[in-house]
Amino acid sequence: MAKATFDVPELTPYTEVPAVTPGAMAHSAPFVSKAEFQGPLGFPGELVEDWQTRAIDKMGELLGKYRSLRVYLDSCVKCGACTDKCHYFLGTQDPKNMPVGRQDLMRKVYRRYFTLGGRLFPKLVGAEDFTKEVLDDWYSYFHQCSQCRRCSVFCPYGIDTAEISMAAREIMDSIGVGQKYCNEIIGKVYKIGNNLGLPGPALVDTLEGLEEDVFDETGVKVRYPIDEEGAEILLVTPSADFFAEPHVDGLIGYGKVFHAAGVSWTLSSHASEAANFGMFIGSYDNMRRVAQRIREAAIALKVKRIVFGECGHAWRVAYSFLNTLAGPWDFLDPRYPVPQHICEFTHDLIEQGRLTFDKSENDDKVITFHDSCNVARASRMGEVPGGQFEIPRAIIRATCNHFYDMDEDTIRDRTFCCGGGGGLLTDDLIELRVKGAKPRLDALNNVMQEKGVTHMAAICAICKSQFTKVLPYYGMEMDQIVSLHQLVSNAIVLEGGEDDDEEDAPAAA
Amino acid sequence: MALLTYSYAALFYVAALVLVSGLVVKIVRYARTPAPLKIPTTPAPTSRSGVALRMTREVVLFESLFRGNKWTWIFGWIFHFGLFLVTLRHLRYFIEPVWAPIALVQPFGIYGGIAMVIGLLGLWARRFLVDRVRYISSTSDHLMLALLVLIGTSGLLMKFVFHTDVVAIKRFFLGLYALDPQPLPADPLLLLHLLLVALLMIVFPYSKLLHAPGLFFSPTRNQVDDPRERRHLAPWARALEQQAPAASSDPRG
Repeated sequence: MAKATFDVPELTPYTEVPAVTPGAMAHSAPFVSKAEFQGPLGFPGELVEDWQTRAIDKMGELLGKYRSLRVYLDSCVKCGACTDKCHYFLGTQDPKNMPVGRQDLMRKVYRRYFTLGGRLFPKLVGAEDFTKEVLDDWYSYFHQCSQCRRCSVFCPYGIDTAEISMAAREIMDSIGVGQKYCNEIIGKVYKIGNNLGLPGPALVDTLEGLEEDVFDETGVKVRYPIDEEGAEILLVTPSADFFAEPHVDGLIGYGKVFHAAGVSWTLSSHASEAANFGMFIGSYDNMRRVAQRIREAAIALKVKRIVFGECGHAWRVAYSFLNTLAGPWDFLDPRYPVPQHICEFTHDLIEQGRLTFDKSENDDKVITFHDSCNVARASRMGEVPGGQFEIPRAIIRATCNHFYDMDEDTIRDRTFCCGGGGGLLTDDLIELRVKGAKPRLDALNNVMQEKGVTHMAAICAICKSQFTKVLPYYGMEMDQIVSLHQLVSNAIVLEGGEDDDEEDAPAAA
Repeated sequence: MALLTYSYAALFYVAALVLVSGLVVKIVRYARTPAPLKIPTTPAPTSRSGVALRMTREVVLFESLFRGNKWTWIFGWIFHFGLFLVTLRHLRYFIEPVWAPIALVQPFGIYGGIAMVIGLLGLWARRFLVDRVRYISSTSDHLMLALLVLIGTSGLLMKFVFHTDVVAIKRFFLGLYALDPQPLPADPLLLLHLLLVALLMIVFPYSKLLHAPGLFFSPTRNQVDDPRERRHLAPWARALEQQAPAASSDPRG
């Protein structure tokens, strides 16, 4: 049972909108990045001398590069529609965690230096100089946004606070104020190939171990190949999948699906990470550099298709940005979208009747599904808008007998972030993470009480890690969070291949 | 009398110039700033016509706001729709002959004026009654509401209580087109009404009223969800590709 040094909120049947408590989370800030983590990303090592001028210049540069930033800083009318939508506000009561409150931290600086009203009448329009106090506020509160875009759903102008948080982090990085967690991780990707810093040989070992485990359990030789040139599919998955529960159970599931489909596939030690933290820090350059590894791996391994494993923001970058950042993909098989989500892949096979399931294998569980924010509001699966909601649920229904959705206000495009997205999945922000998880866990607790739900499936490495960590704070069990492909893995009925022990095994179709 | 007329004529020339030039500058800047990444809030339409429909629902029905907050939606929609009817009604002062649809809409314009003020008062009440909205409201937010409420009530008062010479007003505005200002009636209520409207026109391009053009340029609402089918590349992002082609395209080298 986790011990907290702060008050863990009480779960309520429905998430209530709290009264505002100014400054409630002003103490929360992640560790600042050291010079050694800044350099490899192209950022100054520490706060530069003329930081104020350089920050304003950077803001001007970004205003010229991103229409979203320019339009969103101008357009807000302070209608208040977003004020009760952010899970961090609902969990912490701090008004600077209301999306508009967060945006205003940048808007007041924008108004002061870039608008007539703010230059002439700063007090009247709420414009302020970019002082060290304001910078400190930025560092604190722009690291209390998980860039989940829930606010953008309800804003009458579609103002997306994520765009503003990303720009703020980019400005801070450019003057030497980086966040340790994100920037250290991006450095690891450049140096070793993945967020967790797992070197190639360790991956090979892990995957061999998985093959043995799966063979012991099923009697079928399911392969987990890496760096195999000429494979049809390159699988790019978050490195957590190689490492920890419940992630690794998902990876086992992907392998079983590929086995059942009879397609050759491979992981890549060069692109052994689906995550792209370049997005979290708003750095196009770093996001592009991280994305290019996937192109490099696809070319080197001569694959025909690219499939992504379960990871929320990675799927956003993959689905929405990969073509932009690392395309064009004209050297891949044009019959398939680039990239595909593993859920799309599995779902297609289910539709074609090519997978056999024994749903009773999951009868020990009553499942609900957590829509990961980046998948829900920043991407799609399948041909039809909203496929990102229907396809994972269809897979659950195909593999489990007992499934219940959480409250409608908290799923699909109104889903709550897990509380750990956007580069906040670090122990130095644990209070924020625990409190930010409250709205999701209110809804989970509700279906646990009313429907007897025992497990929540997710398709995001960050969600899985976050829930594993924070569920115990609320008196729940850490293993109540499961990978979607863990359910597939449990239920799938595999037929043996030629090299299995069984004598009359048919060849894979 | 002449001084008054010429002052107001000058005021409206300036106001119109500021409004039009200010908006043109802003809109051109919005249009020229690239949106380098595909960021529609999904589920999003997969075709241009779908986006047009989504945008129409946002502009006409305030769809997202409806999902976000019913009270703000009802007051906001009443205000904007009322303002729309009032604007149509007022067109009669600026065109000769008056088009048939504008003639037809005249009585509804009066209801629009009442609705507009009710909507504004509802929105203003939220700025005092809801602690979250109170927290985010700045002086300018209150002043903007005050300005609009005063414009609305002074207009309604002229309609229902202190009538003014509408024929002369029309002559004044038509005269402005020909750079030949005609005498403006010296009714205090009218002068207040017109002063505030001119003020509104002047602050429009420099205030949150930019939400009107802004919505049309919002990437989360106006982008098509088709990133896998079509490669989306901003000019400055394309320049990056040309800078360092070797490093990215040949990993085996």
